[in-house]
Amino acid sequence: MLNGIPINYYIMLSAILFIIGVVGVMARRNAIIIFMCIELMLNAVNLLLVSFSTLHNDASGQVFVFFIMAVAAAEVAVGLAILSMVYRHLKTVDIDLLNRLKN
Amino acid sequence: MLGLTITQWLFGILSLMAIMFALMVVFTRNPVNSVLYLVLTFFCIAGHYLLLNAQFLAVVHIVVYAGAIMVLFLFIIMLMNLNPDTEPRKHIMTRLIAGVIGGVLLFVFVGALKGAEQLQLTQSGASQIGLIKNLGHVLFTEYLFPFEITSVLLLAALVGAIMIGKKDTNINVSRNS
Repeated sequence: MLNGIPINYYIMLSAILFIIGVVGVMARRNAIIIFMCIELMLNAVNLLLVSFSTLHNDASGQVFVFFIMAVAAAEVAVGLAILSMVYRHLKTVDIDLLNRLKN
Repeated sequence: MLGLTITQWLFGILSLMAIMFALMVVFTRNPVNSVLYLVLTFFCIAGHYLLLNAQFLAVVHIVVYAGAIMVLFLFIIMLMNLNPDTEPRKHIMTRLIAGVIGGVLLFVFVGALKGAEQLQLTQSGASQIGLIKNLGHVLFTEYLFPFEITSVLLLAALVGAIMIGKKDTNINVSRNS
């Protein structure tokens, strides 16, 4: 099934997905979209970990992906709670209006 | 067909779809559409996991990301009543600079990868590591302690999310007066 896909292709794919996430974080002002771009970056790293785990026939990489998924779930839960609290107070999730950490 | 095997065709199609949907996530103005495109991207990545013989991880990825995290995003967006009309946009210059920085970063990655040797992913006899039996064995022997710590982390995140999301009447009163 896995014949002849060089690992470089997976590295390139992960790099492109990661960079799309980076550009999204820099180019958008909606805080929720920024969270989604962070998820995209985490998934690019997950894909790279799984491909190297397959390359080396080592299950440790896939176990690490589990832990990254758990950390991402925790991060999203807390982050969205913070965002909904911010929205309740300020009626906006525009990241450029949230740059003072006070008032 | 062009001397490519079925796996290579699948890899190419899934990669193109993943990159296209990821671009749509960034460049769509409507946040709800953005979430839906991100779900499609996650499905493409799950397809890649299947190609890499990580079956259990593919299922967990769909359940956790597409099933749980993205539904949470969708709920929050619908609670906030965000739509394209109220969507804030950055200055055109900032977006241009973001694109340039992304391009330069991609250039650096490609340059770093240029001299790397080509290693092929092969299907040897011990490719059963993606199955739940082997993963569970590794998880509960070698990585038992991090697994338990993860449960503590999830509990802490749960408590933290509830404490942050709880309506704090004192702050509201002081802000309104």
